[in-house]
Amino acid sequence: MTEDRSDVRAMTFRQALNETLRAELIRDESVFLIGEEIGVFEGSYKITAGLLAEFGPARVRDTPISEEGFVGAAIGAAMLGLRPVVEIMTINFSLIAIDQIVNHAAKLRSMFGGQVSVPLVIRMPGGGGQQLAASHSQNLEVWYAHIPGLKVLAPSTPADAKALLAAAIRDDDPVIFLENLALYNTKGDVPDGDQIAEIGRAAVVRAGSDLTVVSYSRGTVTALEVAGRLEEEGISIEVVDLRSLRPLDRETICASVRKTSRAVVVEDDCLSYGIGAEISATIGEGAFDFLDAPVRRVAAAEVPLPYAKSLERAALPDAAALTRVIHEVLDATRFER
Amino acid sequence: MPEVVMPRLSDTMEEGTLSRWLMEVGDPVHKGDVLAEIETDKATMDLEAFEDGVLERQLVTAGTAVPIGQPVAVIGDGSATAGSATTEPVSVAEPAVYSPPASSSPAPEPPDASPSAVGTVAAPAAAMMSGSGSAELRTSPLARKLAHDHHLDLAAIVGSGPQGRITRADVEDAIAQRESAPKAGDDSAQAPTSQPPTGAPPIFAGDGDEVVPLGAIRRVAVRRLSESQAVPHFFLTALVNVERLIAFRAEVNAGLAASGSKISINDLVVRGCAVALRAHPEVNASWGGDTLLLHRHVNIGIAVSTPAGLLVPVVVDADRKPLSMIASETLELAGRARAGHLTVNEMTGGTFTVSNLGMFGIDQFTAVINPPEAAILAVGAATDVPVVRDGRLVAVPMLKITLTVDHRVLDGARAAAFLRDLTAILEEPLRIVV
Repeated sequence: MTEDRSDVRAMTFRQALNETLRAELIRDESVFLIGEEIGVFEGSYKITAGLLAEFGPARVRDTPISEEGFVGAAIGAAMLGLRPVVEIMTINFSLIAIDQIVNHAAKLRSMFGGQVSVPLVIRMPGGGGQQLAASHSQNLEVWYAHIPGLKVLAPSTPADAKALLAAAIRDDDPVIFLENLALYNTKGDVPDGDQIAEIGRAAVVRAGSDLTVVSYSRGTVTALEVAGRLEEEGISIEVVDLRSLRPLDRETICASVRKTSRAVVVEDDCLSYGIGAEISATIGEGAFDFLDAPVRRVAAAEVPLPYAKSLERAALPDAAALTRVIHEVLDATRFER
Repeated sequence: MPEVVMPRLSDTMEEGTLSRWLMEVGDPVHKGDVLAEIETDKATMDLEAFEDGVLERQLVTAGTAVPIGQPVAVIGDGSATAGSATTEPVSVAEPAVYSPPASSSPAPEPPDASPSAVGTVAAPAAAMMSGSGSAELRTSPLARKLAHDHHLDLAAIVGSGPQGRITRADVEDAIAQRESAPKAGDDSAQAPTSQPPTGAPPIFAGDGDEVVPLGAIRRVAVRRLSESQAVPHFFLTALVNVERLIAFRAEVNAGLAASGSKISINDLVVRGCAVALRAHPEVNASWGGDTLLLHRHVNIGIAVSTPAGLLVPVVVDADRKPLSMIASETLELAGRARAGHLTVNEMTGGTFTVSNLGMFGIDQFTAVINPPEAAILAVGAATDVPVVRDGRLVAVPMLKITLTVDHRVLDGARAAAFLRDLTAILEEPLRIVV
C-alpha cells in the first residue's frame, strides 16, 4: 500500500466507498458510474449519494432494470478505454448478467491475445442477515472467485473499502467488488489521500499464536470480535483477513497456520464447495506438516436463507458458532490455557 | 437434553464399537431399555437407557468405534426428532457424517438452543474416516513430523486427541520425557537432569557411574508403580499350613507323570485365589475414580521376572479352568514373557495379581498393587515351622501369604474374610479343584 498519511478520519464503510468513488471520478476523466437507481435515487444503499449532482449524467448513468444490458455496455466501454464502475443492486441480480461477466469480461483479454483489456469494476452489495429472504440474501462470491480472468475483492473495514476500491478502479482487469450489507454502517479509521491496496494480498489483522481464523468481509469482523473475547480466556487467536478472494494470498494463510498449527475458516457462504473448502485445501497443501488438527469450517447452513428473523440468524454463522468450533479444535489438541 | 455416552464396560476398554442399534429415532425409551449393542475388547454388551423419553438422535452409525464418554445418542422429549436442524444439513449432504468429532467436545447443539445451532456445520473429518475400529495409528500431521524429527516411535505414544489421535502435545510430552532420561557418556551427565518421569529428585551421575536408560517395559512399570503410590494400601498376612497342599501336589504330579506335565505350588495358589475370588466378588474389583467396578471374569495376573523387567501375563477366567490348564498356560505365558513375545492383550484385563518370590527363599514380603486392581497377593517360601501337635513338637511346612489391599475398594474385615477363605482353601486342597 502506498501511504500518504497526512491524516486519518473515522468514517463508515459507506462513506469510505462514496468518497473513494468521488475521488476517482475527480482523478480520472475516464472513470464513470453506471447502474440502477444510482443517480437520481443516489443508490439503493446511498453509496453514490451526491455524485450525480456533482458529476452529471454522463458520468453517473442511471439504467433500466437490465443487468445483462448495462454490464455488457460497461464491458464495451472498458474495451474502448473507459473505466466503468458498475453497481449491481445486489449480487443476487448479477446472475442475470453472469454470461457477460464470465464469458466476456473474464475472457476477453486472453481471447484477444492481450490486445484489449477490460478495466471494469462491478460493485455488488450482498450477504444475508437483512431479512431480505432467500433470493436476495446470497453469498455468491465463490461463483466469481472460481473464474480465471476475474479479480474478486472483499473488504472488511472502511480503510480497506477505500484502498481496495481505488486499486480495483485503477486495475486493468475486471474486478468484482463485494460489499457486505452488514458492513455499510460499520466505522473505522480511514487515512486521507491516495491509498491504493495491493490486490491479492491478505492481511494479518490480528496477530496471535494459538489458532488462525481465516475470513473475509463480514466474517473478519466476527473473527476479530471472537478473538478479542477469547484473549480474556488466555487464548491467542491470529486473524487473517483475505481481502482478495482471487487472486488468493495462499502464502499469508499458510505462514500463519505454520505458526499456530490450528485453523478455522469462518465464511458467510454455505459450507459445501465454499471459500472455506478452498482455504482448507490450501492449508492442506501448504502447511500439512504443521497441522495439529483438521481445519474446521464455520459456514452458513445448507438451506435457502429463511426470511424469519430467528431462522435467518440461526442459519448464518455467528460469534457463538465460531467460538464453539475454536474451543473444539483447542480441546482436540490438548490446548492448555 | 440427556445424552447417552459410550460406557466403560471393562477396565481395559478405551472404546467400544456400537455394533447394532436396537432402537430407532423416534422410539419411546424407558429407563433400562436396551438401546444398542456394544462390542468391547471382551464381549458384546447392552447399552441401556438411564432416562425415560424418546430416542431423538443416534449420533453414530452402527459399526462405529466410539471412545468411552463420547455421546452416542440423545434422549429427549421427542420434540427434536423430526428435521433436527443440527443433523439435517449433514444428513442431507453426507449420510456418512453423524458424530461430532472432538473428544471432549460439547454435546451437539440442541437444535432450538441457540441461534447458532445451524450456523456451524461441524465437519467431522474423523467421523468420515472412521467406521472401522481404531487399531491404526491416528496422528496429526504435526505430531508425525515432530516424532520423525525427534526419532520417536509414534506407536509408543498414547494419543490424547479425538479417537486417540496423537497431537503435538503428546509428542512434546514424549520428547520431554526422553530428554529427562540421562544419556550414558553424555558430557552433561554431571548436570542434574531435568524432571524425570516419576517426579524423582534430580540425580547426579559421577565418574564411573553407569546410566541405564529405561526400556519401554521398564517405563510402563515405573509409571504403573508410581501410580500405585497414590493407592491407600493396607496389608494382611496369613500363615498357611501347606502340609496337605504339598502332598496334594505330589499326588497330582504323580498322576500327571505320564503326560510329562507338572503343576507347581504357584499354580495351586493361583487356582485357589480364583476360587476364593469367585466367592468374594468385592475383591475381584477395580477402583474407578468415583465408582467401583466388580468384574464378571476372574483374570489372574502372574508376576514374571524377565530380562526386560517385570511382566504380568494374565490367565483369563482362572476360576473356570482346570488346574492342568492353568499350569500349562502359566508355563507358556511365562516362557513367552521371558522371550519378549507377549502381546498386549495377554498382559491386560487382569483383575487380581499373584506375585511369588518363594523360589528366592523370601519368607514374606508385601507386593505393590497393580492399578486399577484392588488387591495383590505376595507369596513367600514354604518353610518348616515347629508346631506342637498332640503334645509333640513336629515340623510343619508353612507358607506366609500377604495381601496388599486398596482401602478405597475394600475394608479390612472384608479383605480379611477373603484371606481367611483363601487360607482355608489352600489348607484343604480338594477345594481347589472342586
